[in-house]
Amino acid sequence: MIENVLKQYKDNIALSDAKGTSLTYETLDQKSAELFDTIGGRTLVFSFCRNEAGSVLGYVTFLRYHIVPVLLNAEIETELRQQLIGIYEPAFLYLPKEMAEAFSDYEKVWESYGYCLLRTSYAMEKTMYQELGLLLTTSGSTGSPKLVRQSYRNILSNAESIAEYLELTVDEKPISTLPMNYTYGLSIINSHLLVGAEILLTDEPMTSRHFWEFFRENNATSFGGVPFTYEMLKRLRFFLMELPSLRYMTQAGGKLSPELHREFAEYAKNTGKKFIVMYGQTEATARMAYLPSERSLEKYGSMGIAIPHGRLWLKDVDGNQIKDADIVGELVYEGENVTLGYAECLADLAKEDERHGVLQTGDMAKMDADGYFYIVGRKKRFLKIYGNRVNLDEVERMIKHEFEQIECACAGVDDRLYVFVTTDQEEIHTQIRQFLAGKTGLNAKAYAVKYVMEIPKNDAGKTLYRKLEKYYD
Amino acid sequence: MSNLEKYTKIFTESFEVDAEKAKTLKYQDVEAWDSIGHMDLIASLEDEFDIMMEADDIIDFNSFEKGIEIMTKYGIDMNA
Repeated sequence: MIENVLKQYKDNIALSDAKGTSLTYETLDQKSAELFDTIGGRTLVFSFCRNEAGSVLGYVTFLRYHIVPVLLNAEIETELRQQLIGIYEPAFLYLPKEMAEAFSDYEKVWESYGYCLLRTSYAMEKTMYQELGLLLTTSGSTGSPKLVRQSYRNILSNAESIAEYLELTVDEKPISTLPMNYTYGLSIINSHLLVGAEILLTDEPMTSRHFWEFFRENNATSFGGVPFTYEMLKRLRFFLMELPSLRYMTQAGGKLSPELHREFAEYAKNTGKKFIVMYGQTEATARMAYLPSERSLEKYGSMGIAIPHGRLWLKDVDGNQIKDADIVGELVYEGENVTLGYAECLADLAKEDERHGVLQTGDMAKMDADGYFYIVGRKKRFLKIYGNRVNLDEVERMIKHEFEQIECACAGVDDRLYVFVTTDQEEIHTQIRQFLAGKTGLNAKAYAVKYVMEIPKNDAGKTLYRKLEKYYD
Repeated sequence: MSNLEKYTKIFTESFEVDAEKAKTLKYQDVEAWDSIGHMDLIASLEDEFDIMMEADDIIDFNSFEKGIEIMTKYGIDMNA
């Protein structure tokens, strides 16, 4: 597949980054062959990503030549980085050249476009399932070494579905607004490479002038965003900006407030653009559902319908399918993009398909009479913070581990995680917030520490999180 | 509290730095001043001084010092 794309679109520009590097599909073809020659065969690589041409070149190489990469953010916290390297023993590290200094023991064997390849002392040979193509973290970064195992079929199938429902063509120019190691950001890259489009790469935030200059100079046609992105855009008076090249905007990574959904749908309608709300998870490669733009205003607040070639349904407590409208059940997805399963250690990379195309999403939803789905809650204890999944029990464990003899309970709503503690020492409260910001790489604004006399528990010692809700701001 | 003191306090609280450090702070100098911290800073300033900033000013607001210039533009007397 990649072979065809690289040949068919050889004269097109594939990647243009904010540092000034521009690569055609033909250059990607040649450079990836060169990089593969250096690696020499199927193995495991850790790729430390940035939204730069060099970073995407590595990714294309790995996918094309069946080298399995673990995609991580180049800004990953050092301790977690070292922990992951120790667990998975990658034979190579692919990283920005400034980062190479941190690994002076390893030999640099290749360098191009600001990225380099280091050979580690770990074995080249790894026992990996033949269909395993890619490993991603589960969008959160709470110190967990858990990775999602994606197959080649998963990646291709999802990219094809996305290109189909977004009606992507060769003249699209999406601009990066999300990290490429984040499943949503990566899905934008995958689906646009598939159609031979040009991807504009930058790590500049949307609050920076450079971002908008890069946007306008290159006539970007689309971008994606998590709920926070759209809140921010509204404050940035986005509705007043002149952006003639912009064709469509997508939203995923958590539920957008219905009001904001409606405002952006209206803006899109009035300006002849499209606003497409979507739904997905790393466990489904990326996308599972989308709300067609023509229904965006009418069905605001909805996550839409299954993507092409996928199927969504609701399951009741007995495991039966709910057929009636407005009854809440667990959302189940079926499709070729349902990933193989998780990996928690090197040996897990040999595991085959554990899900067989069926994913229990853990999200509770209902369906309206027209078959459109609406998320109403979650089965599991996690929050989405700025689009990143954060597991509340894991955060609790991390805090208890770091701060000895502390009693705490974590709860909250998306973009606001509360840590309830039984100490009123302000100093410790600040330390906890900074600890969490450091560990998760997410702004401390998302974390609030609150003092309570005691953590409410039942007779069996189980924390009663519901009783903490009254303390939310 | 003078306007400059109020302004400085918003910086020290938003980014958890002391007043000395705040005075030389630039966008992305500290981890807390990312795009999320930035929007929070703008919201706090708008609330405190009862103003509504233009998008260009929000985007140009890239340091403590530049911010003073922008606040002045909105009629906030930073010497009062």
